[in-house]
Amino acid sequence: MSEKQEMSGAEMVIRALAENSVDTVFGYPGGAVLPIYDEIFQQEEIRHILVRHEQGAGHAAEGYARSTGKPGVVLVTSGPGATNMVTALQDALMDSVPLVCLTGQVPTPLIGSDAFQEADTVGITRPCTKHNWLVRSVEELPLVIHEAFYVATNGRPGPVLIDIPKDVQFAMGTYIPKSQFKHTSYVPRVNGELNQIQEAVELMANARKPIIYSGGGVINSGKEASHLLRELVSITNFPITSTLMGLGAYPASGDNWLGMLGMHGTYEANWAMHDCDVMVCIGARFDDRITGRIDGFSPNSKKIHIDIDPSSINKNVRVDVPIIGDVAHVLEDMVRLWRAHATKPDKAAMDAWWAQIGEWRDRKCLDYKISKDVIMPQYAIERLYELTKDRDAYITTEVGQHQMWAAQFYQFDEPNRWMTSGGLGTMGYGLPAALGVQIAHPDALVIDIAGDASVLMNMQEMSCATQFEAPIKIFIMNNQYMGMVRQWQQLLHGNRLSHSYTEALPDFVKLAEAYGAVGIRAEKPGELDDAIMEMIEVDKPVIFDCRVANLANCFPMIPSGKAHNEMLLPEDASDEAVATAIDEKGKQLV
Amino acid sequence: MNAHKTGTGSAYFIVKETERPRQHLLSVLVDNQPGVLARVIGLFSGRGYNIESLTVSETSHEKHLSRITIVSSGTEHVLEQIKKQLERTVPVHRVVDLTLLSEERGYDKPLERELALVKVAGKGNDRVEAMRLADAFRAQVIDASTEHFTFEITGRISKIEQFIAIMEPLGLVEVCRTGVAAVGRGPTGM
Repeated sequence: MSEKQEMSGAEMVIRALAENSVDTVFGYPGGAVLPIYDEIFQQEEIRHILVRHEQGAGHAAEGYARSTGKPGVVLVTSGPGATNMVTALQDALMDSVPLVCLTGQVPTPLIGSDAFQEADTVGITRPCTKHNWLVRSVEELPLVIHEAFYVATNGRPGPVLIDIPKDVQFAMGTYIPKSQFKHTSYVPRVNGELNQIQEAVELMANARKPIIYSGGGVINSGKEASHLLRELVSITNFPITSTLMGLGAYPASGDNWLGMLGMHGTYEANWAMHDCDVMVCIGARFDDRITGRIDGFSPNSKKIHIDIDPSSINKNVRVDVPIIGDVAHVLEDMVRLWRAHATKPDKAAMDAWWAQIGEWRDRKCLDYKISKDVIMPQYAIERLYELTKDRDAYITTEVGQHQMWAAQFYQFDEPNRWMTSGGLGTMGYGLPAALGVQIAHPDALVIDIAGDASVLMNMQEMSCATQFEAPIKIFIMNNQYMGMVRQWQQLLHGNRLSHSYTEALPDFVKLAEAYGAVGIRAEKPGELDDAIMEMIEVDKPVIFDCRVANLANCFPMIPSGKAHNEMLLPEDASDEAVATAIDEKGKQLV
Repeated sequence: MNAHKTGTGSAYFIVKETERPRQHLLSVLVDNQPGVLARVIGLFSGRGYNIESLTVSETSHEKHLSRITIVSSGTEHVLEQIKKQLERTVPVHRVVDLTLLSEERGYDKPLERELALVKVAGKGNDRVEAMRLADAFRAQVIDASTEHFTFEITGRISKIEQFIAIMEPLGLVEVCRTGVAAVGRGPTGM
């Protein structure tokens, strides 16, 4: 790259992206971003991945970001390009994914005139970004881009958007390098208050029934945070559970692992949360899917909460020891102070607590009836895990029953291997997210565990996967229903299955072939393993149509308005019971 | 079982708020950049917080800083959230809950002033009475004809409310209020 500092706005965009270590951009061209696309054409530093719909670009960038820890970058045009990004931006906001979205805008003099493909992009995206900017002159453009990367990646990560009018892209100006940028108003604290951490250690050392409840913040904090979390668990011998977003920070194969908690969490995790006397919440936010009924949430515990976002503290649940800071920084201090602390928890009490947890584990809450004739969805994921566990696979999901089964039955031992839409619950997330992961890790095995309904929401990105030779595996758990919608209708709405059955699904094998991918179908448990192996071996994108038991439901479950100790186990609500006797049973269940 | 309690099949559990809301005065120092007011107002409407009064103006021209004064009401928990949500907004430099600050410093309430323009039309006794009351409230006449007065009145919210209520039967035509400006008592700033 030449060292000249005079250049067009469009050139500045490319220069600033490169200076912020961007190697990949997901995007879709259009009138208002053509000058930037022209610059992309004339360089080789940054790779552009052409999606088929802007929402796909957003989720692909999220998959890229969450599997690498780097910010994902999106480039789309004005108007519809920008509005199509809204879902992905809100998704990234709720799951704290660092995303930098560049949108084209109509030329400055036309703003406000209802010009062709004009939309008030900063107005529309203000509530669904961490921050956004409308660039008014070429002079401020490089600084805004540097600031955008700073804001997206510092503090609690999140999406930012830069709206760049076309005349600003054409205008000539002086480039300002990143080294000359300094932010003044937004300086989040990363180190926790030491006396708060000391107070937390004090509580933990006197605990008789402790639990660690970790979340996505551990993964966002970086690899070091996961190491420190593992160290903390090993030196304290505390049991640990995690939110959907935090899976993999502590290995599922670890001795102290209780499984995921929350609405579809395990019996042992939820009971331990309910009965504990000291709770250490690390990088999680007491979401309503986690807490269940707030006034029945862990009523007898002292709560420690580590979070980088002060607004997460006391938002849903009052805590006793808040610690504001980055997880890795705080855990480093916590581990050090714990080692130096004179007393440790009472051994007899800890033994009794682990014995109690053992009893809860013995309930085997994830058990299900294996069938010889139909593939149970849980079985499908268990087999998928067994056949892929030695391949360091990356798993994405869509949203629904399959997502919960994946979280329950796929065992994650490393962070950044699990990409799912937690906060927003975006159907259609998994396929483009898998694409983004595959672009970041070309040689890795990347699988989207999908549902037949969700996957159709962004199916068009199969075309992108074929174009860029991204051999993503779309593993559809096909039950022909919107399974989670149906489950709620069975439990809450008298089994009136209003529009939750998809009458006319495509033939997924033929659909795969139409996209230039490979289609595989498995209908019987006996053929499942071979079919999965075939899927893994093929060096092309695959759509796998796994026909599973149509009416299986996802348990255990905390029904709405219930507390952790009021879980529903499969034996209380077997699939048959739910499917046949719903009217009476359903009322009781809710 | 408790479907009747949660309404028609809610996927959410809602706890009824029992605490009584309080009124607080917040001072917010922000970068004076385009959209910053929309950001603050959007935060309030998006999260369901109340705005009872809002004023904004640039207070430091060389640093391009504006000071926003917001009167909001909510429970202690909600007010704590409002403050934290404002603080994490990127162009926000500082947020001070002036009501809490006054209590901490041992003062009664922060200093608050509002300006109102009050137009009253009428003849005869009503007109004389309006003038007499305006004097008592130290309101200035800034425009007048044989048929009307326009008063300018400055003071605490309660004084302005009272003045407007008194003018109502005397031919009140219209009112324009600036919203509250406020600073803490004592020698130190926000």
